[in-house]
Amino acid sequence: MRNEDTISRRGLFMKLGILFNGLVAAALAIPILRYVLSSITGAQAKGYLGWVPLGHVNEFPEGETRLATFRNPVVMPADGKTVDTACWVRRIEGEQFQVFAINCAHLGCPVRWFAQSGLFMCPCHGGVYYSDGSRASGPPERGLFEYPYKVKDGLITIQAGELPTPGAPSAALDSERPPCA
Amino acid sequence: MRMISQVGEWLDRRLQLAAAIRETAEHRVPRNTASWFYVFGSAALVVFMLQIVTGILLAIFYVPSAAEAWNSLQVLNHDITMGWFLRALHGWGSNFMVAIVLIHMVQVFLFGAYKFPRELTWIVGVFLLLMTLGMAFSGQVLRFDQDAYWGLGIGASIASRVPILGPATVKLMLGGPIIAGATLSRFFALHVFVIPGLLIALVGLHLLMVLKLGINEWPMPGRIVKRATYTAEYEELVKKDGVPFVPYAVWKDIFFAAFILLAVAGCAVYFGPFGPSGRPDPTIIQTAPRPDYFFLWLYALLSLLPPSMETPALLIGPVVVIFALILLPFLFGEGEKSWRRRPIAVMSILLIAVSLGTLTHLSGYTPWSPHMNAWSGDPVPERFLKGTTALERQGALVFQVKQCRNCHSLGELGGQRGPTLDSVAVRLTRDQLIRQVIQGGGNMPAYGKNLSPAETTALVAFLATLHPAGQTPARNASLEESQTPVLPRHY
Repeated sequence: MRNEDTISRRGLFMKLGILFNGLVAAALAIPILRYVLSSITGAQAKGYLGWVPLGHVNEFPEGETRLATFRNPVVMPADGKTVDTACWVRRIEGEQFQVFAINCAHLGCPVRWFAQSGLFMCPCHGGVYYSDGSRASGPPERGLFEYPYKVKDGLITIQAGELPTPGAPSAALDSERPPCA
Repeated sequence: MRMISQVGEWLDRRLQLAAAIRETAEHRVPRNTASWFYVFGSAALVVFMLQIVTGILLAIFYVPSAAEAWNSLQVLNHDITMGWFLRALHGWGSNFMVAIVLIHMVQVFLFGAYKFPRELTWIVGVFLLLMTLGMAFSGQVLRFDQDAYWGLGIGASIASRVPILGPATVKLMLGGPIIAGATLSRFFALHVFVIPGLLIALVGLHLLMVLKLGINEWPMPGRIVKRATYTAEYEELVKKDGVPFVPYAVWKDIFFAAFILLAVAGCAVYFGPFGPSGRPDPTIIQTAPRPDYFFLWLYALLSLLPPSMETPALLIGPVVVIFALILLPFLFGEGEKSWRRRPIAVMSILLIAVSLGTLTHLSGYTPWSPHMNAWSGDPVPERFLKGTTALERQGALVFQVKQCRNCHSLGELGGQRGPTLDSVAVRLTRDQLIRQVIQGGGNMPAYGKNLSPAETTALVAFLATLHPAGQTPARNASLEESQTPVLPRHY
């Protein structure tokens, strides 16, 4: 009765069953994948960058570089202290600033400012930067990351919200400086 | 006793496992594999089981939240009865597991066990190694302290260098654009569910293949593996010179297992738990993060590679290594098994061991990092100042204040990033010293903008005194003798 070309009733049902499962799996996979990838897609959609205040310009004397801290524009309940970040603020003169990310452009360790020698030094792998953030020596391939900033009503604010990393400096860090700079 | 056997019979009537278990336990293995060299695989499994048990026990107090994790570790360390011991067991168990897996891998490699027909056993083993390292890294993240926080930053910086996919990879890894609560939660899921699940499945597969294919026989020089004849030869060997695994071989595994557990417990009691170090507060920047022991070699490598080679080495290196390990049994699936006839194999192991050992050793004193406190903490040794002029002493002061000391040592104190300056005047003339200080060069930043002419003069005057007694300082041969003042030497 049977030959290779015909398909049995049970065989057909089994194949239909597998097809049915495949369709259900695909239907489930889409929302699950969207969930898993939400940290990539969702963050971009919502706009994770924002302007955060660093303090009054008078807190930063001209010609000096000071440590400032700010809170990430987006905060979740379980974040704890991780949303508070430090940055180095260099006031060149007047309302002209440079705001450097704390993260070394090599592998992200926190750089420290040495006012006497005018250098930023990294404790991890020995990256060194000049006072204007440009690379002085060591493994970094570029200068320190800079945050875009604005000065309004004597208040300095920066655009933050992303961990600056060497392969992907945040959109903010790459953007043009505002005209007031 | 009768009661027990009755219960056993009742159970087996329903489970029908006794015969299979007995057959497995008593499967025959070549007599000479009942050796102390063959205990590392089972030891790795025993430590893995210890990690599962201690991990579950830690999870009943640990809070996987960026806001609370660090505090919950403090509670475990100080408030929970024996909490410190469980943390220490788990931490030391992790170190032992990585070490034993590596030793097991070296033994298997030197005994040619990856050759036909055990290629897949080896490949599964390679993935087991990768997962063990994955557990070690994710475990360090769960110890959510300063090292964990900045370690994640380093991981993100490496991941970000992947072409095109870099930024997305970083966000996927961190659970968002910054290191925060979501980061810890996803590493918790990886460390507690995903990787252990895969580990259990692959360990099962690995063991199944060891049973089905038989344990690798003790390699004899001259006994060549050939695909056509190996299986028959192995069966013959087991038939002629085989012994039941239980109890002939297993007793060594049992003893070694107990010894390893005792060693883990001993380290846990003696050395205590790992950390946590400082609070994971990114505004505290007075920190020099370090990875855990098994990643120290990588820390050293990342400091010593030339900048231009770093990204390719980071991105291509691991791929090459993993591919080489996977291809190994296919490229060398036949032939000599004995390490006595495989000099290249032995040399490779030695080379890798010496390289990793040297890098790990170097990371113990990080000669590439500036000593952040040397300028204010390490004084200029007295002998360098005896009998110096006022100008030279002023120069010594400039030397300290300008943080030269952070990278340059004097009298073996200070940073080692740059060359030691104990005898710099022998190497460089005054003019060369001035040029080096002002313009920098090599790995040294230029100090031109940060030194006044007076400071430079004083600094160079001091540096020019740094030469051993009886050794004349460097001089410019193109100048007249009278034009190169020879300074008195004072120590």
